[in-house]
Amino acid sequence: MKSSNTIFLAAFIALSASWAGFVLVPQIQLGRADQAKTIPAEDKYPLARAGLAAQGAEVYRSLGCVYCHSQQVGQQGVKVEVLLLDAGTNASSTLAAIAKVHPELNKPETITGLPKEIAYVADIAASDALVKAVTAVGGKVEVNVIPTGSDISRGWGKRRTVAQDYIFDHVVQPGTRRAGPDLANVGSRLADLNWQLNHLYAPKSMVKDSTMPAYRILFEKRKIGKVASADALKLTGDSAPPPGFEIVPTDKARELVAYLLSLRSDAPLFESPVTPPPAAAPATNTVAAK
Amino acid sequence: MTATSPTTPSKIDSSCRLPLFTLFSGAAVWLVLSSVFGLAASMTFHKPDMFADCAMFSYGRAYPAWSHLLVYGFAIPSGLGVGLWLLARLGRVEVAKPLLIAVGAKLWHLGVMVGFVAIVNGQTSGYEWFELPRYAAMILFLSFMLMAIWVFVTYSRRTETALYPSQWFTLASLFWFPWIFSTATLLLQIFPVRGVVQSSVAWWFAGNLLNVWLTLSGLAATFYLLPKLTNRPLQSHYLALFVFWTVLIFGTWTGIPMHSPLPAWMSTLSSAAAVMMIVPMLALASIVFLTTIGAKTACGGGSLCFSKFGVLSFNLATLAAAIAACPAVARVTDFTWFTHGHTTLRLYGFFAMTMFAAIYHILPRVTGVEICPRRTKSHFWLALIGTLLLAVPMMIGGIKQGLKLADVSAPFLDSTKATMLGFRIGTLGEVLIAIGALIFLANVLLSILSHYRAIAKIAIADATAIQTAEVKL
Repeated sequence: MKSSNTIFLAAFIALSASWAGFVLVPQIQLGRADQAKTIPAEDKYPLARAGLAAQGAEVYRSLGCVYCHSQQVGQQGVKVEVLLLDAGTNASSTLAAIAKVHPELNKPETITGLPKEIAYVADIAASDALVKAVTAVGGKVEVNVIPTGSDISRGWGKRRTVAQDYIFDHVVQPGTRRAGPDLANVGSRLADLNWQLNHLYAPKSMVKDSTMPAYRILFEKRKIGKVASADALKLTGDSAPPPGFEIVPTDKARELVAYLLSLRSDAPLFESPVTPPPAAAPATNTVAAK
Repeated sequence: MTATSPTTPSKIDSSCRLPLFTLFSGAAVWLVLSSVFGLAASMTFHKPDMFADCAMFSYGRAYPAWSHLLVYGFAIPSGLGVGLWLLARLGRVEVAKPLLIAVGAKLWHLGVMVGFVAIVNGQTSGYEWFELPRYAAMILFLSFMLMAIWVFVTYSRRTETALYPSQWFTLASLFWFPWIFSTATLLLQIFPVRGVVQSSVAWWFAGNLLNVWLTLSGLAATFYLLPKLTNRPLQSHYLALFVFWTVLIFGTWTGIPMHSPLPAWMSTLSSAAAVMMIVPMLALASIVFLTTIGAKTACGGGSLCFSKFGVLSFNLATLAAAIAACPAVARVTDFTWFTHGHTTLRLYGFFAMTMFAAIYHILPRVTGVEICPRRTKSHFWLALIGTLLLAVPMMIGGIKQGLKLADVSAPFLDSTKATMLGFRIGTLGEVLIAIGALIFLANVLLSILSHYRAIAKIAIADATAIQTAEVKL
């Protein structure tokens, strides 16, 4: 190259191309995304975080949780479960219709003991053929879409996370590393407030062999006054404070836990369906199984 | 160059002195501090509760402090300093406004410090490789522009018009940084974009910073040093041009991980670009092979050793990133320490080593005082072993972690346990790197100090000469 103009032109062309691709196009494609409707309930999704949970997002960012915890669920595919609810008035023609699509189901047990699952197919297109065949002869079927993949098997989510899940987040922290488990749905997986507080104070007391650092900075250790504080942590074993002392969560701890409990991205969406829809948020503080 | 010419190499070198002293000494201080935080972060994996009562050193703050200081504190100022010297020497021109560049460098270091204090106090932005808050980012942008303008003016006043590859790389790096950095600052912090577009911008920025900016700045030094130190011509300018184009074209699309909530076309495109980075990698390997083959220069732990190891690390890191970009491999390595392993290899193994090579080559010329070869040699071995002990076990641990994560029958904690051995060895690597960084700091400061001591000696000698003359009168 003889002139500096060529160098700058080369750099300009290369960089403007990737700028257009990874900054401009995503902004056009996703930058104005708004609430979508869940299927089939047609609720608005997502809802912006409010109050404590919104403040907790700042605590999450400030403590650098993202360096160990991702907030995104992957999915390798879906399985579609076809349930036969009712064989209709003419059961034998229903069976014939089913057998046309799935010859291996041509046996009387297929239409007895209803409702039950009759087929488990790889995609929605394959289930459509069966649904059409059965409904044409008056049978009733239900189709359940079940996402699959290692993240889902681990219970980290019901479906993959999509751009829609993050539209109200600033800062968006999908994370790139899993030194700890994924937190995209920690609010539905571990919905107990006290469990979360105890876990932040002394992770090993809640999860044996946990490698997570304790966040004692979020708690205050103080002398028990005339009356013990109502919100002091109930700790046992090694993590319990010395007699006469109590461990009380600070505002930051409460905010962070409110945020963690708000983490839930399992609403069934058109672009990422999951049926039957997951149960609504639990009203009580029962410990959700891991 | 004739002796009568107004710009002799020594004149050029002395015009670089002030900016280079400021840039390099600051970079060396930040490198030491960054390795302290790297060590603190790595200790978390030995004793998770070590910093449970000390927020500053807790992993979520020590880690971003490490990366912030390493990239913005060490890498960019040292890359700029080396670039400035290369443009001045290759263009046979004295530096324009060295004082203003030095002021810019001071301002840059101030911005780095503001960002660092903010990060350890929890004001981190939350974007990886762009942790500094808005106010620190603005200081850095302004000071970079202040420096870049005068570096460019220096280049445009050159008396030698023929361009050498190192000049292309340096110029492109001067152009690249303001663009990507201003995009990230504007769209992430000042007028934040909505939802995952933030992730897209942040990953685009990080990819361009780590895979393009560091490559441009590092290879500018490599293409100058290798021919110079082996006393052989660069083989060849055409291959170097090919590396330049392919790094720009492919490197700029890297950065978006395979697994992300972004539309699939983006990660697919980004992975393809990461695989295509093998092309410049092979071209670079050929250049280095053809240039240095048959050269009879012993490297002896000096600049040549640093530079050669830098090229080797670049190739290994690029290859690892390319392999990890294949969907079948990404399924295992995404979300694991593997990525961190090859990024560390790129930062410490390629970029830092290349900068050490360049600084050890440049400083004696600028100060007129040699650096003790024993000290550079011990720095070389500490940095080399430290980098390998840090990066390689991390990559192996990452693969083990990924296999456990993919195997749903294994409990999650098995995947963290699988990396523990890697961390234990890695901490040793961090210790060696930290000692190496201390030696580097000592080398830079002693070199600068001995320059001023020599000046002082001359001044004292002059003064005594005048005094004796006066006495005689």
